[in-house]
Amino acid sequence: MKGMTIIVKTVSSWVKVLIFLFGIYITIFGHLTPGGGFAGGVILACSYILLMLAFGREFAEKNLSLPVVSKLDCVGALFFAAIALFGLIYGAAGFFYNFLHQEIQAGKVEALDLYSAGTIPFSNIAICLKVAASLFMIVLLLSIFRADSSAGEEE
Amino acid sequence: MLYAMCFLLFVIGLYCALIKKNMVKIVIGIMIMEYAVNLFLIMLGYRAGGIAPIIDKGHIQAASGMLKSTFVNASVDPLPQALVLTAIVISLGSLALMISICIRTYEKYGTFDITQIRRLKG
Amino acid sequence: MGMSYIFLFFMIFLVVAALIAVHTKDLLSAVICVGAIGFGGSLMFLFLRAPDIAITQIAVEVLGLVILIRATISRDKTFISGDREFFGIVVSVALLFAISVVGLKAFDELPEFGTPVFVVAGETQENIASQDYIEQSLSKTGAANVVAAVILDFRAYDTLGEATVLFTSILGAVVILRKKARNLPEAAP
Repeated sequence: MKGMTIIVKTVSSWVKVLIFLFGIYITIFGHLTPGGGFAGGVILACSYILLMLAFGREFAEKNLSLPVVSKLDCVGALFFAAIALFGLIYGAAGFFYNFLHQEIQAGKVEALDLYSAGTIPFSNIAICLKVAASLFMIVLLLSIFRADSSAGEEE
Repeated sequence: MLYAMCFLLFVIGLYCALIKKNMVKIVIGIMIMEYAVNLFLIMLGYRAGGIAPIIDKGHIQAASGMLKSTFVNASVDPLPQALVLTAIVISLGSLALMISICIRTYEKYGTFDITQIRRLKG
Repeated sequence: MGMSYIFLFFMIFLVVAALIAVHTKDLLSAVICVGAIGFGGSLMFLFLRAPDIAITQIAVEVLGLVILIRATISRDKTFISGDREFFGIVVSVALLFAISVVGLKAFDELPEFGTPVFVVAGETQENIASQDYIEQSLSKTGAANVVAAVILDFRAYDTLGEATVLFTSILGAVVILRKKARNLPEAAP
């Protein structure tokens, strides 16, 4: 799939970095300001889809290829499950127990800091990875499928 | 009155999913139904004159660290917002699945019309 | 009150956009109207004091538009006109009418718009789940965003279920869009 004109390419190469940064910001500050893992993951996927629409599919695939994306998806899901299972150290009823806040951090951190609220920022990062990788993978596959089928029709 | 208009939006989406012949129109009808249901759930939790459920420095009492009653009595309901947040992302996943089915069917039969794809190819 | 006029304006906008999306014959106009519904819905979420949902809805709606437009607009060769046979339409419309009449009666049971349904008048406030979440989110989880605390600490099983559903639906889409079939070993000639 071809890219677009040179004006679109120049502007989108600046804007893509800002959107990426914005997605990471909304994810990490998810326990203090509105947002969280889901919104940050969708915005992060949007930045890579902007790259794909402006520069063509081959450039985006060299940047972030399909096996890497599917492995990132699995890493995000497994990280989320691992955070849940770590709570089992503190007793049998500890699945999804916020062990960082109750046991390790108790009384040592203030309320509205960045490093507070236990396992919630780590869960946000895991969910962001998972959602962003899934959504980018599906749009990449739709583009690959279309390129293959239209090349097959011309023959 | 506002609940009734939300229900009207849902019935319009249901009508579109039942009556139309074009496959993409059916998908659009399902999307309209999902928007209507999410909107209805958030409208259930609204408190007139409420504030968003984000705790600020001004909502914490300085001495004990407990919340002031201005926040507890005035915030909107956070539970339907949590449920709708996951529902919105799931609706995107189901849209991807439906569109991939439509594309596969178009590639095989050449049309989006569902009355012409009834023959089973051997 | 001023707020309910704004809500009424947005709902009328959404209903008109939905009617256009249903009845137009051009697929591009229908997809643009769905985008308008998503945008209006996001603005309504902002006025209903749900900022997390507004951010997520606007980004999801943009991605949904990208998927819909890229996948379907350049593939439609003809405009499909006409509807199904007459008997099917009459039965469907009668059924929808019956659903609407019954459904509108159910809204008499709900409290008015403006009082949250989860705080029932007459019950003591200690028995309501949302009241517990609001009061105890700062002390039990330490998070300032009550919605994030509900998703990831009080109701984390639902988030695990959502991650599973998203994973499975994307897996299904990947399997459907696979182009090259595996070469099965050929039968002996």
